[in-house]
Amino acid sequence: MTNLLKNRELLLIVIIGLMVIGFATRAQGFASPGNLANIFNDTSILIILALGQMTVILTKSIDLSVAANLSFTGMAVAMTNAAFPDVPLALLIVMAVGIGAFLGAINGFLVWALQIPPIVVTLGTLTIYRGMAFVLSGGGWVNAHQMTAPFLNIPRTQLLGLPVLSWIAITIVLGAWFVLTRLPFGRSAYASGGNPTAAVYAGIDIGWTRFIAFMLSGALAGLCGYLWVSRYAVAYVDIAVGFELDTVAACVIGGISIAGGIGSVAGAVLGALFLGVIKNALPVIGISPFAQMAISGIVIVLAVVFNARAERKAGRIILRDRAAPEVSA
Amino acid sequence: MRGISQIFPGVKALDGVSIQLFPGQVTALIGENGAGKSTLVKILTGIYRPNEGEILIDGKPAAFHSAQAAIDAGVTAIHQETVLFDELSVGENIFLGHAPRTRFGTLDWRQINLRSGDLLRALESEIDPTIRLKDLSIAQRHLVAIARALSVDARIVIMDEPTAALSRKEIDDLFRIVNNLKRQGKAILFISHKFDEVYEIAENFVVFRDGRAVGKGRLKETAQDEIVRLMVGRDVKDVFPKVKVEIGAPVLAVEGYSHPTEFRDISFELRRGEILGIYGLIGAGRSELCQALFGITRPSSGRLTLEGEPLDIRSSSDAIRAGIVYVPEERGRHGLALPMPIFQNMSLPSLSRTSRSGFLKAANELALARKYAERLDLRAAALSVPVGTLSGGNQQKVVIGKWLATQPKVIILDEPTKGIDIGSKAAVHGFISELAAEGLSIIMVSSELPEILGMSDRVMVMREGLAAGIFDRERLSAEVLVRAATGNA
Repeated sequence: MTNLLKNRELLLIVIIGLMVIGFATRAQGFASPGNLANIFNDTSILIILALGQMTVILTKSIDLSVAANLSFTGMAVAMTNAAFPDVPLALLIVMAVGIGAFLGAINGFLVWALQIPPIVVTLGTLTIYRGMAFVLSGGGWVNAHQMTAPFLNIPRTQLLGLPVLSWIAITIVLGAWFVLTRLPFGRSAYASGGNPTAAVYAGIDIGWTRFIAFMLSGALAGLCGYLWVSRYAVAYVDIAVGFELDTVAACVIGGISIAGGIGSVAGAVLGALFLGVIKNALPVIGISPFAQMAISGIVIVLAVVFNARAERKAGRIILRDRAAPEVSA
Repeated sequence: MRGISQIFPGVKALDGVSIQLFPGQVTALIGENGAGKSTLVKILTGIYRPNEGEILIDGKPAAFHSAQAAIDAGVTAIHQETVLFDELSVGENIFLGHAPRTRFGTLDWRQINLRSGDLLRALESEIDPTIRLKDLSIAQRHLVAIARALSVDARIVIMDEPTAALSRKEIDDLFRIVNNLKRQGKAILFISHKFDEVYEIAENFVVFRDGRAVGKGRLKETAQDEIVRLMVGRDVKDVFPKVKVEIGAPVLAVEGYSHPTEFRDISFELRRGEILGIYGLIGAGRSELCQALFGITRPSSGRLTLEGEPLDIRSSSDAIRAGIVYVPEERGRHGLALPMPIFQNMSLPSLSRTSRSGFLKAANELALARKYAERLDLRAAALSVPVGTLSGGNQQKVVIGKWLATQPKVIILDEPTKGIDIGSKAAVHGFISELAAEGLSIIMVSSELPEILGMSDRVMVMREGLAAGIFDRERLSAEVLVRAATGNA
């Protein structure tokens, strides 16, 4: 049991499992494979964004502009698709990722070169990017009938039992795991957040590391811009308003330390799934949509409290170690 | 008023120290860096609480549970680094926390400014209490700090190196103030490194060494040499496991290194197998010099040559590539990423060598970590546990292992034994000797005289950012170093 409590990922899996079983007693078929696949598909965009957010948080920063970035890129690709139906989808996706990465790079550049605190930078760019989406669209909508069939259908095409959207999320999860554990950049990200000063002393360029993290987060937000617009078959300025907070929440629930340097890809994914299960379950078991936001909020606060307690415990262990006589040193 | 204060604290940094202060007299507290002077100040001002011992004021026990309790008991301190607020006015700074109130409980600005003006005039200064602190010079800020200390009705005034930032003229002014305070019957504890000042202003002295009061008396009856001897204490040259190493060819040559604010015109040469000690008081620019050598900061001028090749170090990664590494003083803050596993900490500066075509190879990293963990006798459950779970001594080993793993030519050690116990110190010293014997060149910054004397082949003494002299082992003695460092020729 103590082992279980120590391992955040295992604990989350158990809790999510218990929740699913609990909800299944109230709503027939909640635990059916089909419904679970649906929940995963529903949560795909959150998972992708949470992974970008996690990369940024690992470096002791935060990216509050992801949802605004998503809204702008979503609008840009939707309008391009509506205006030039002949542009192939692959090019549109490259465009979405490119615009997103560029917007992320602006955040990264401001944090890196001008040394402005990330929360201030991204609060500013959040407003700017959404404002740009407004300027771009003139406040108008792009509706489903203006979008081409492949633009709308490809993410929902079934492939080996899952929609392509789910497969994209799975690919990104594997990619994030690879980047964060197998590439020097990942190590730099953990080190920059774990102890920025020590990282500098070890020859790591923290500013560059943060820049790359923001660019990755931006690129993923751009990709999600397309995925979101395609999934909901509409593009307007206010899509995904406040969604940046869900991505932060998924990270916090998944055990990624807001102070940087701690966290795993599995944690971020499970944190996102945890939110996804609750979001899907509450309406099914008949809880008023008005209460849903409050309940999500309570869960997030509980997760933070839990995190803080776990970190304090670690501190006590160290103290006990220090107090013990050293055998040799 | 008989007014005798006695202190018998027994914290680890202080071991059964007792001192006495007398009204109308200045008692000088003298000691090396880390001798426990600042700890005593913190106990007297209620910031730390002693584990044992007691404080008596006028013969009555006084317990300082908080900084406020110490102030209420009439103890006030002027700290080494002034703790003031740039954005507040001079008057606010002086009365922050104990400002006079009006009948309605709001701040009484008229009183604040009036009384601040009075206090400052008593210090022979015409600073306007309404201007912002940030518009004042360093010396003027110091006066504000003194005025703040005197704004409470204090009987005991502690001055922690009050002259550090002042010019000679300002020091004279300060001493006039101190003499004034003496006449008012205040008991003063005056902490300073500088012997000439101590002799000028103080009646009594206490010398601290390694957390103990090793000598006290009246300055009139004590020669300066006697105090230096007390400060330095034992002659421990023989205890250190210094191995006779064949000193080889020059490895590193530094010429005219300067920094805009921290140090100026530093030149020295470092040979293969040599241990160069750098000694000096806190603030002499030693760590800053090392950080510039390692590329953390950039020098404004100067040249550096490594094995005959001129070298331009722009960042720490340049330095690591060239074979210069730096083991920083504060290993918690500068040395380790505590949440990361041991082996990842160890391999962090060596990633380019453990990776294959841009991909991390955990097996290589583990092999590297295992090699140095064995060599350093690192005790850990597994190399994959977070460094934060290790004891202090073992953390130090991870830091050293991580730098050795880069296979450096020059290793800079900043206070390598600070904060570790005597037994571990011997182990670290033995290890440093081993490294020198293997042909590494070592720069060792230390504030501990025995360590510097015992380990160094040569010692460079820094004073106020300048090289006060480079001494060969034959000419080394505690007196020589202390005189060079404090500027008492």
